[in-house]
Amino acid sequence: MALPRQTFDAVIIGAGGAGMRAALQLANSGMNVALISKVFPTRSHTVSAQGGITVALGNSAEDDWRWHMYDTVKGADYIGDQDSIEYMCKTGPEVVYELEHMGLPFSRMDNGKIYQRAFGGQSKNFGGEQAARTAAAADRTGHALLHALYQQNLKAKTHVFSEWYALDFVMNDQGKIAGVVALKIETGEVVFFQSRVCILATGGAGRIFQSTTNAHINTGDGFGMVLRAGIPLQDMEMWQFHPTGIAGAGTLVTEGCRGEGGYLINKDGERFMERYAPHAKDLASRDVVARSIALEIRAGRGFSSQFMTPHVKLKLDHLGADLIKSRLPGIRELSIEFAGVDPIHDAIPVVPTCHYAMGGIPTNVHGQVLTTSHGKEQVVEGLYAVGECACVSVHGANRLGGNSLLDLVVFGRAAGLHVEAQYLANELPALAHASDENIDGAMSRYRRWLDSKDGDSIPQLRTEMQDIMQNDFGVFRTGEVMEEGLKRLAKLRERLAGAHLHDKSKIFNTEMVAALELDNLLATAYATAVCALTRTESRGAHSREDYPKRDDKNWIKHTLYFAADDSTDHRPVNMSPKFIEPFEPKERVY
Amino acid sequence: MAEHQSINISVYRFNPEVDQKPYMQDFKIEIEKGSDPKVLTLLERLKAEQDPTLSFRRSCREGVCGSDGMNINGSNGLACIKALSSLGTYTIALRPLPGFPVIRDLVVDMTQFYQQYERIEPYLQNDTPAPATERLQSPAERQELDGLYECILCACCTSSCPSFWWNPDKFVGPAGLLQAWRFLADSRDTATDKRLQGLQDPFSVFRCRSIMNCASVCPKGLNPTAAIGEIRKKMLDKQS
Repeated sequence: MALPRQTFDAVIIGAGGAGMRAALQLANSGMNVALISKVFPTRSHTVSAQGGITVALGNSAEDDWRWHMYDTVKGADYIGDQDSIEYMCKTGPEVVYELEHMGLPFSRMDNGKIYQRAFGGQSKNFGGEQAARTAAAADRTGHALLHALYQQNLKAKTHVFSEWYALDFVMNDQGKIAGVVALKIETGEVVFFQSRVCILATGGAGRIFQSTTNAHINTGDGFGMVLRAGIPLQDMEMWQFHPTGIAGAGTLVTEGCRGEGGYLINKDGERFMERYAPHAKDLASRDVVARSIALEIRAGRGFSSQFMTPHVKLKLDHLGADLIKSRLPGIRELSIEFAGVDPIHDAIPVVPTCHYAMGGIPTNVHGQVLTTSHGKEQVVEGLYAVGECACVSVHGANRLGGNSLLDLVVFGRAAGLHVEAQYLANELPALAHASDENIDGAMSRYRRWLDSKDGDSIPQLRTEMQDIMQNDFGVFRTGEVMEEGLKRLAKLRERLAGAHLHDKSKIFNTEMVAALELDNLLATAYATAVCALTRTESRGAHSREDYPKRDDKNWIKHTLYFAADDSTDHRPVNMSPKFIEPFEPKERVY
Repeated sequence: MAEHQSINISVYRFNPEVDQKPYMQDFKIEIEKGSDPKVLTLLERLKAEQDPTLSFRRSCREGVCGSDGMNINGSNGLACIKALSSLGTYTIALRPLPGFPVIRDLVVDMTQFYQQYERIEPYLQNDTPAPATERLQSPAERQELDGLYECILCACCTSSCPSFWWNPDKFVGPAGLLQAWRFLADSRDTATDKRLQGLQDPFSVFRCRSIMNCASVCPKGLNPTAAIGEIRKKMLDKQS
């Protein structure tokens, strides 16, 4: 049966910060754009970003994009691509001023400029004193940014397909992407969105772990889609564990708390980060702080209580009620709601919690997706990836706080600019012809679930996967444990093929969406496990007890994972910035 | 073995594909004594353990995305930050947000709500050329936006407003008007006259009767009634 078709110049999948910034660029250039999102745009996970957007504006003190670049390269533990990092840091100020002009309600300094606060891993003058580089709208920067971008898309009359779930790419007989098939969640209608260009902006997949700061919707949908299209994922072993998720609940407590002067204590009341990072202390990079907390807890110096996992505490009360109410009002709300603690009076119980995927879909600096064929790197025509789902790679092995929001808008815009330039030059890729069989191919997993009759339930499999990832692929990893974990994931993958969708209704079928998401979650988890086993060293967030040292001789390279045969490959790290000399790897201390 | 506590949850059910009319379905669920789960956690458990067809929206689960607005024991709120203990009872009734068409179970059609939001042109308008850097704004000017920009569009307020129930097509409603004031109050916005003109008719603003349901249910502690008062004051200032 032929599906209804709609034809566009560009289809963007995902309406978080990156997708909406790309959509805005294209809608304003007069292109016929569809923005597809499985949730109403302002429900996207960008809304949860708190502390701010890191950018060298120099409002709080002298600053330079090169210093920002140095910190980012070092934070990434030297496997971030230096051409991309340079582009992000250098373009950052312009892009953030654009956001301000769009109406983003940044907090202000007395002179009327955008307020900037200190965040972890920031330095002046290439490793000198602490910098204050993170522009903030109180502690609701992601919310302010996402709403401003949605508002601008309303103004630009972007065609938003809200609560539509993208199933898969339609690949034609020549292996070209012809568009995407998507499901209207409200009615069960399925439509083929035929398009010259597709931009993936589907965000992360923190829900592969049991404990995560991520929203329920962060299920790696773009990861699954590219893997099924034969395109690799890159650096999937690199997952950031944020040092301060609220113990038990997993909700995020911004690094901005420590930027404003808060610090961590163990059960003896000791400010233990002084031992692990004598210079930067609580504002060391996130991987360093997360490991330190894990070691404190392991040494028996954590707090324990009935309904919480062992944890340390984040002390803010010495900052005073006024500062907490003006700079950290959202944290106060969350802390009262989810920890039963008012930070004006008591310390917040926190624990390292899965937060961010540094890895993802490999792209160049324009957001064009890359693949390899017979050892040769090539661009996938007409396909882009931006934001957390992409691995452009500005975060390498460890992302610095506030660099994610910058990544979203810089590369959402960069992809938009690249597509726009082709459109204006009349050089957009032609529509790829797709037969009914091709389109049918993209429907296969939807049908599989509709036809399922018995087998494991979706929550059952999801819970088992999350337990495996949490226990075997967490802050500290070892080969033996991961081998076991991978075997269990392989069994889960078999069971998933025969799992059962109970609810077959067409109308707002959330179990169907959860089933389709589970396909993507497990594909992401598997990619993570394979890549984590492959990288036999410790670097950034990937910390192996059986290989505790960084191995620059063998491992300054990206890992690639292909789903068809669960194989891995490698890509070189870009060490060629355009405007300055590259930063050579050196020992990373804070 | 930890001690348990029974919770009775009654949930509004309606799937237009199979149901002639809506009904309330009763569930029982056990929680560990002394624990204090959020309503969303209980709903997630019901869906996972008892009925996978139970339909509701959710995303961030921390009160910032606005997906899971619903009517909880007679009052609108976000399931993800509504703690069991705050209800003062172990008997819970969950219904969809009032005043909107029901799509399925707790999922409502929010089209009209979004249309009213779009009507107020919720984006910054400034007719002067943008500077090379930021437009300056003093901390005091910026403070005018506090209590306004934090709106998460959950619709708890608008759905609790009798004036909106009567005139959902003509009365902008508390959420939309809060955002109308957010832009009127922004020192960087120059479209004040146009914005006020767009609200001059007898319905858009003036159907507000200061019932204040909006302010009492807002999960973010915002006060749309006060914002509506500011809009009216500004209109008067312009006329005199």
